[in-house]
Amino acid sequence: MESVSEVEQAADQLATEAGLDEDQRFHIGMAVREAAINAVLHGNEYDPARQIEVAMENTGKDLVIVIADQGHGFNPDNVPDPLAAENLLRGTGRGIFLIRSLMDEVHFRQLHPGTELTLIKHLAPAGKAT
Amino acid sequence: MALAIASREVDGVTVLELSGRITLGEGSVQLRDAIRDLISKGQRNILLDLGEVSYIDSSGLGEMVSAYTTAKNQGAKLKLLKLTKKVHDLLQLTKLYTVFDIYDDEAAAVASFK
Repeated sequence: MESVSEVEQAADQLATEAGLDEDQRFHIGMAVREAAINAVLHGNEYDPARQIEVAMENTGKDLVIVIADQGHGFNPDNVPDPLAAENLLRGTGRGIFLIRSLMDEVHFRQLHPGTELTLIKHLAPAGKAT
Repeated sequence: MALAIASREVDGVTVLELSGRITLGEGSVQLRDAIRDLISKGQRNILLDLGEVSYIDSSGLGEMVSAYTTAKNQGAKLKLLKLTKKVHDLLQLTKLYTVFDIYDDEAAAVASFK
């Protein structure tokens, strides 16, 4: 789990350097943490022989964070809706929902092997608040 | 900061004061163990004070839901006290705000168990 904390901290640093406020930094940090946990836990299944790859970039318009695992891949459309009444009391299944809720764009790409998530937070034009 | 848990009794209610993070690998297992320990000892009224909880991830949210259902299934009640803005927002986002009884005032929370 140390790698998850490192990724979370790196995302927070990227967001801080971009001048984002505390709420936005919290949203990005949480989304990135959830994505990294999914990659390590569900993607790589805690296998130390598999790695996660992370890339972060401030393009000037967006913060872009890409997280890839080396697992068997998964279909995000098959994840049950955690807000549905029948799922509300489930102990798991909120990670993808949180990632999608907290970021502006989330893209999934199947690798061979693995899954790549691209998380995007739009930056406000200079002088404008988000 | 990992999760710290302090326990005290108020009028038949066990108040668990949590401080730190409730996340996978840091606090979720501690919370689960603390709740199960209380219930196994026959405690039926449990109030989680989250005023000093700085961060909860999806695993921590799941653990709180599991604690709630475990308590309910055992005939116990689990309620929440003093949410920080971040935790409040997360519970609203995930609709868990509709699941838990949530209080800002400890006296009102304790009285609600009677």
